[in-house]
Amino acid sequence: MYQYSQDDHQLLQERVSQFRDQVSRRLKGDLSEDEFKQQRLRNGLYLQLHAYMLRVAVPYGLLSSEQMRTLAHIARTYDRGYGHFSTRQNIQYNWPKLEDVPKILDDLAAVEMHAIQTSGNCIRNTTSDPLAGVARDEIADPRPYCELIRQWSTFHPEFNFLPRKFKIAVSGAIHDRAAVAVHDIGIRLIKKDAGELGLEIYVGGGLGRTPMIGKLIRDFLPPHDMLTYLEAILRVYNKLGRRDNLYKARIKILVHETGEEKFRELVEAEWQEVKESKLRLRDEDIKNIQAHFKDPDYENLSDFDSDFDKELISDPDFAKWADNNLELHKQDGYRVVYLSLKSKNQPTGDVTADQMDAIADLADKYSHGAIRSTHRQNLVLSDVRLKDLHSLWGELKTLDLATPNYNHLTDIISCPGMDYCALATARSIPIAQALTERFDTYDYVNDLGDISLNISGCINACGHHHVANIGILGVNKKGVEVYQITLGGSAREDASIGKIIGPAFTADKIVQAIADLLDVYLENREDPEETFLTAYRRLGPAPFKEKLYG
Amino acid sequence: MGNFIKDRKPQDDPWTPYTGLEDVDNLPTGDVYVPFEEWQSQKEALKLRNNRLGVILENTDDVAELVPDFDRLDLVVLQFPKMADGRAFTQAKLLRERYGYTGEIRAVGDVLHDQVFYMQRCGFNAFEMRPDQDIPTVLHAFDEMTVTYQPSADEELPIWRR
Repeated sequence: MYQYSQDDHQLLQERVSQFRDQVSRRLKGDLSEDEFKQQRLRNGLYLQLHAYMLRVAVPYGLLSSEQMRTLAHIARTYDRGYGHFSTRQNIQYNWPKLEDVPKILDDLAAVEMHAIQTSGNCIRNTTSDPLAGVARDEIADPRPYCELIRQWSTFHPEFNFLPRKFKIAVSGAIHDRAAVAVHDIGIRLIKKDAGELGLEIYVGGGLGRTPMIGKLIRDFLPPHDMLTYLEAILRVYNKLGRRDNLYKARIKILVHETGEEKFRELVEAEWQEVKESKLRLRDEDIKNIQAHFKDPDYENLSDFDSDFDKELISDPDFAKWADNNLELHKQDGYRVVYLSLKSKNQPTGDVTADQMDAIADLADKYSHGAIRSTHRQNLVLSDVRLKDLHSLWGELKTLDLATPNYNHLTDIISCPGMDYCALATARSIPIAQALTERFDTYDYVNDLGDISLNISGCINACGHHHVANIGILGVNKKGVEVYQITLGGSAREDASIGKIIGPAFTADKIVQAIADLLDVYLENREDPEETFLTAYRRLGPAPFKEKLYG
Repeated sequence: MGNFIKDRKPQDDPWTPYTGLEDVDNLPTGDVYVPFEEWQSQKEALKLRNNRLGVILENTDDVAELVPDFDRLDLVVLQFPKMADGRAFTQAKLLRERYGYTGEIRAVGDVLHDQVFYMQRCGFNAFEMRPDQDIPTVLHAFDEMTVTYQPSADEELPIWRR
């Protein structure tokens, strides 16, 4: 993990003092709410329906056990005993008091954490593959590049008042687990046949009112040029991005209205001016950062463990979990473990303080003290030995973190919706819960296989419904919450935007509608290997429409 | 002294803005700054004056067009129509770093305490603070943060190369 330098520590302390001063100016009335808003938003502090909401950055989804314990302490001391992991790998607290926020930031700073640029019209926390550094399909480790972006973008003096928020994601594997296609800038590390490393740069992806897939504007950028190229893109955006209409201000609209070709020309022209600047990365700059992300001391193990194999046979529940919630590891004898935050007893992505403490202990005991958060609102222990899996599973089960549903129907992404959010127009948590209860049978869910279902409580699409195989969008129609269904979306390397299937359903009808859609899939799939998405792409919307609307 | 800060000190502002009404041949004496449009159309006449000259740009104006006149321009004024509009940051940065302008770069408009730190890093050295800002407190804002990561007008190297 990246270890803070003296400078990084000092920066956090100064930032906390600065914010403490802003809060005191606000509490004294020297700062209007409107002006304070500009400042608090740069520190992740939103004003929600019932209270302030604080979003804490988890840089590219990496947490140490010590940091996780601090997150637990904050949940317990300043909040109502829980936190919520978001689709951008961050954690949100829903009930902090304004006057406590500087203290929270102090506690965070003590473990190298903060809420800097987790909101506001600036460059947000960079997200990445939760399997970075351990994935079997990895081309190159994205974390050093994420860290360089973190340093470059933190308090960037020129890009702190952009037309709109700006999100960057980096993925370094064959499979995209970071949803790079729906970010303002998506970066994929790739290799040419000769083994040379480069970056694919996608610009202008995003969800919200106008969902768009990012456009590939550079197909092979040398890694040394990453920051100069980002600087060029951001400068073009800061100059030309629309500021007349909040809903047209994201870079996706600029790319769309300018045209992909013309936009590329603008960026390339600006890049010619800056490519040789001091921001160009030298070999040693990249190596020095890479040195922070060394492998832990793996043991030399076989990828077969007879005890593990026996446990799979003797313990069917364990086998179900192992089947769905494990991923192969680049190191033989190890597995990546998904901790499901999608049990039927807790809202999607929520973790209690006690669970956080226990997860920290489990990470220390089984996984080199490291935890990752994922884009799909789960957690990961990345380095667990085969021989430890059964005991780990036992402990996870008692913590209600072992629902065997990773990448399955009930692994639902959901925004907080109208239960918390000031923007929401409909509830999403109760819909997620109703679906989780209805589709409670392991065999059924398992038979459906790989599928994604996401729920957003308003058109801003924080629940990423557009890029789910099955998306649900809650809207308010003449005082009634209704739910629109989109089909065929994907947030992976085959990214696509789902299409609306027909008129919306009321809350009491939506669960049955989803069940009907799943029936169509089960009846029509060629074989159990054909996923819902593949089947939908083959069949088109007609049979689904027919079933829902007759 | 009013709400003007230059080189981190509150001071009187010697400049008079062009009000938009005068004929450029009849501008008041002393140091005057004019809109970019007037500058473009009348700069030869303006250059005959014995006083210092400045120009105020819109956020959409291209600072590169000022380069040939740098030796006659002592002031470039950049605007913040509202706090959230950050286009002038890019204008200042280009003026200072790319084109090497050494005169005064001044921020006007919605210029508030919590932005001056970023402004100075982009090359601004003068600030017409919004009238409700408390000048003595604002003076501390320049040093609220001492650690910076990026190369900028005030720092040659990114933090990983220092």
